[in-house]
Amino acid sequence: MLALIRLFGILALMFASAAGAADEVAVPPLKARVTDLTGTLNGGELASLEAELRTFEQSKGSQIAVLMLPSTQPETIEQYSIRVAERWKIGRAKADDGVILIIAKNDQRLRIEVGYGLEGAIPDVVAKRVIREVIAPHLLANDFYGGIREGTQTLMKLIGGEKLPPPTRAQTSTVGDYQSLFVILLVVVVVAGGVLKAILGRLFGSAATGVAAGFIAWALAGAIGAAAVAGVVAFLMALMGGGRGYYPGGFGGGFGSGGGGFGGGGGGFGGGGASGSWGNN
Amino acid sequence: MRRIWVMVLAAITLGLSGCGYNEMQRGDEQIKGSWSEVLNQYQRRADLVPNLVNTVKGFAAQEQQILIQVTEARSRVGSIQATPELINDPAAFAKFQQAQAGLSSALSRLLVVSENYPQLKSDANFRDLQAQLEGTENRIAVARNRYIKSVQEYNTLIRTFPNNLTAMMFSYQVKPNFSVEDEKAIAKPPTVSFDKPASAPTPAPAK
Repeated sequence: MLALIRLFGILALMFASAAGAADEVAVPPLKARVTDLTGTLNGGELASLEAELRTFEQSKGSQIAVLMLPSTQPETIEQYSIRVAERWKIGRAKADDGVILIIAKNDQRLRIEVGYGLEGAIPDVVAKRVIREVIAPHLLANDFYGGIREGTQTLMKLIGGEKLPPPTRAQTSTVGDYQSLFVILLVVVVVAGGVLKAILGRLFGSAATGVAAGFIAWALAGAIGAAAVAGVVAFLMALMGGGRGYYPGGFGGGFGSGGGGFGGGGGGFGGGGASGSWGNN
Repeated sequence: MRRIWVMVLAAITLGLSGCGYNEMQRGDEQIKGSWSEVLNQYQRRADLVPNLVNTVKGFAAQEQQILIQVTEARSRVGSIQATPELINDPAAFAKFQQAQAGLSSALSRLLVVSENYPQLKSDANFRDLQAQLEGTENRIAVARNRYIKSVQEYNTLIRTFPNNLTAMMFSYQVKPNFSVEDEKAIAKPPTVSFDKPASAPTPAPAK
């Protein structure tokens, strides 16, 4: 009975939060490093900020994104900002080295959201100082471009002093993973396939090899689709005899976010950073 | 004979993944992980308290009562063994929550009072501590939210149909979540104390 009541409580909560979601400000899609929904920055300013942040990412690997919007009401800027962080996933996956600067123009609130990996380089206290001493004075003078520019420059300097993994292209690392997978699978097919076929006979031995290869692929890559493909390929190869030679087709490749545009690298956030306001203090 | 074994093995593997057993393990680990993060952030807050109390004492020594309350709430939090196993014991969980809520309200009262001391407010050390405290409170909120979400997922999983049989078989229980009233109590004080300093010139009537 108590459990039932609790369940209803949970359900009620879920409905409440679902209803609340309707009024929340939506997180805009991530298309560029600098997103201005208020139309405050002109094209040239956007482009130069964008270029600076891109150069930084290419040299250091960390991603910095800027979002300027009219208001985050009814949520606080902290609540909104963590939703943006969870959606955009700025920063590299393992390094978690992303930073998001959010400015809610009409609320006169701003926040620097810091990824897990940069909480050492930009502790809350430092983020607060950047807001109070670098950005807020500009915003108070209605100089949004200057505030963002100096703010991001300060952040870049702070991150620059941190030891982080060197910048790599996302593509090469995934290919690297697939290559090791490929080698392991090859060994499994050649060695285990031969043994299993000798024990179980041609058809069942091949099937067992396929299943084993599939499982290993699954365990290593975590992707069911890739595992199934690996299993089938291994099965066919073992069946065709040999198990020597090369895989017939392409088995690798394609994930990694779209070519030309900008995407988050999968960085994680835990609510680090600081918020502040301008205008009244 | 061998063929049968292969088939039995396959059946067991498929059966386990079909009845939700694997998802339960995954969910359980996720809850443990997010709970550790909650504990971690609460610990971080508790570590800030002695420093904060000392700093405030330097400027507002006459606020004895509130300083003592904060210290007491801090030691109450410290006296509870915050182990990961806490989530499997609803009574201990409730006690833990209560202690943390006590510290939350004591801290917010302290911050309200500190608004009355301009010198304290402009002290660099105090400002830094305040920024750290704000950051930690925000991290606690995020960690709690993530814990609530993972518990919700897990509890829904072990209550829905084929999975509830598995859960019964292995006697997996529903995990305790942060209760709604408590959510309000924790969510309220910091916003009040930071956003409306003017409306709280008199210290809260301390009992």
